[in-house]
Amino acid sequence: MYARPAIWWTILRISLEERLVYRGDFALGTLMRFLPILTQVFLWWAVFTAASSGGAVDQTRIVGYSYHDFVAYYLLTMISRAFSSMPGLASGIARDIRDGTVKKYLIQPIDMLSFLLLNRMGHKLVYYTVAALPFALVFFLCRGFFPGGWPEPQIMAAYVASLLMAFLLGFFLEATIGMIGFWFLEVSSLLFVYMLFNFFFSGHMFPLDMLPGYWSTVVKVIPLQYLAYFPAAVFLGKVQGPELVVGLCIQLAWVVFFIALSRVAFRRGVRRYSGYGG
Amino acid sequence: MADFNRGHRKGDRSNLPERPAGCCAPIAPVPFSAKRPSYLRVLLIFARNSLVRDMTFRGNFLIEMISSMAWIFMNLGFYILVFQHTPQLGDVNNWGEYSFAWGKYEFFLFLSTTLLINSLVQTLFMANASEFSEMIRTGTLDFALLKPIDTQFLISLQRIQWSSLGNFGVGLGLAVYSLVRIGRVPTPWQVLLFALFVACGVAIMYSLMIALAATSIWLGRNQSLYNFWFYITNFSRYPMEIYHGAYGTPLRLFFTFIIPVLVVVNVPARFLVRPLVPQTPGDLLLPVFAVAATLASLAGSRWVFNRSLLGYRSASS
Repeated sequence: MYARPAIWWTILRISLEERLVYRGDFALGTLMRFLPILTQVFLWWAVFTAASSGGAVDQTRIVGYSYHDFVAYYLLTMISRAFSSMPGLASGIARDIRDGTVKKYLIQPIDMLSFLLLNRMGHKLVYYTVAALPFALVFFLCRGFFPGGWPEPQIMAAYVASLLMAFLLGFFLEATIGMIGFWFLEVSSLLFVYMLFNFFFSGHMFPLDMLPGYWSTVVKVIPLQYLAYFPAAVFLGKVQGPELVVGLCIQLAWVVFFIALSRVAFRRGVRRYSGYGG
Repeated sequence: MADFNRGHRKGDRSNLPERPAGCCAPIAPVPFSAKRPSYLRVLLIFARNSLVRDMTFRGNFLIEMISSMAWIFMNLGFYILVFQHTPQLGDVNNWGEYSFAWGKYEFFLFLSTTLLINSLVQTLFMANASEFSEMIRTGTLDFALLKPIDTQFLISLQRIQWSSLGNFGVGLGLAVYSLVRIGRVPTPWQVLLFALFVACGVAIMYSLMIALAATSIWLGRNQSLYNFWFYITNFSRYPMEIYHGAYGTPLRLFFTFIIPVLVVVNVPARFLVRPLVPQTPGDLLLPVFAVAATLASLAGSRWVFNRSLLGYRSASS
């Protein structure tokens, strides 16, 4: 058992080095990722000037959001997504199952989920180090959209907690979806559907408060909102007091739920699994 | 963020034979001795082969079509939400003489124009452009260079992605629906000009795409091609009037005159929502500029393509 931390450290270090190879490409790619926000800045300005109908744009509110809140929201979801998005995780697991690579986790003294988690953590850590500069630059340029400045320390703490949980939730949710590969060999269309829902209902596309009655209940019940909307809303002070505590607890519950579900799925899946060839 | 371009491609079918056996039999082969191949006939063969290939995997074809249509409907949902909070996009009083405030159904007409153009680009060129990058990386471009036909033609059109035409249907439907809601029947001239400028838009998008793909000859690795393409064309998706103000105006000028993506959708869409008789100098000048921009981008992309071929070193052969 004492070797465990050493193994973990090695995995983490390998992932870090793997990722640092393309750091230039990375930083540039991160900057580019903010380009669509530029169109959102102008789109919402057009919406707000029309909605204010000659009045002061600053005073106009749409579902409680001012124009600045909208742009700030889009910028903040970029941070949420930097934590919660797991490109290639589910499809990678499904591929490993299909082509039999998953065997290596079964014969080596490594637990697949822990290995992948550490691998992701390594990648994310490098990502944050390299992306910190472009992110800081964009947020510095856009500081005008945050008229309130930094939120209070306790809000900030809740924000960081929700981001960390967003990472865990994103990881275990996608891992669970990848495990479906044990039952169905081809999961790419399923993944596309998931991606679609994720994009829309995580709040990446617009603040979820915009949804009318029935739909807003639906998005409050499913866990996707904790991947992008919830952290951003916490930062902007849209969720406060007891509501914030309850929100964090529900997020934690979802994390625990998907940790358990992914474990169960893996165990059941391995029992079904049969590797041919190789 | 509206995302029409990032049509996904499911299932890698690149390892299939180029032409399923027997599919070309009824069409007479192009005579080898002919000096100039019949481009139209070759194009028809390409279209046919692609259709045969698509129909071999009918389930996959349907899933591709339905999922990219689902994407469109989600985007449509977003704009419906936006228009619940505002009667129109923008404020004419603030926008100066070329301005036009886009109401809900006018904007949906704009959106349908985007859909029509993007689906045509995806059907005709998207698969080919990404295949081109792959051919450069693996060295199979050699075979394309050896064929007695214009290389750019061959590279650009050999694989037609029929499933993307589903979005074209959605675009047409949305256009008709919006026109009905506005209560206006376009004149034949409007329709004709609309079609002409949709074609110009497709040509501009194509030029941009093939030029971007050609750069992978110099850059080698080209993973970010799609991203770059997506981020640039992202600007074409909204009425150009929204780029307004100290930062917006330079942006609008840049994406109109340097990289002309803003004229791609704006020009045809205006023919449907505005009166045909020019109201302002801009109404007349912009379409004229769009034609010039189309010709210039086609010529430019041809130049970039040929230049990049000179730098091709044929990997692994």
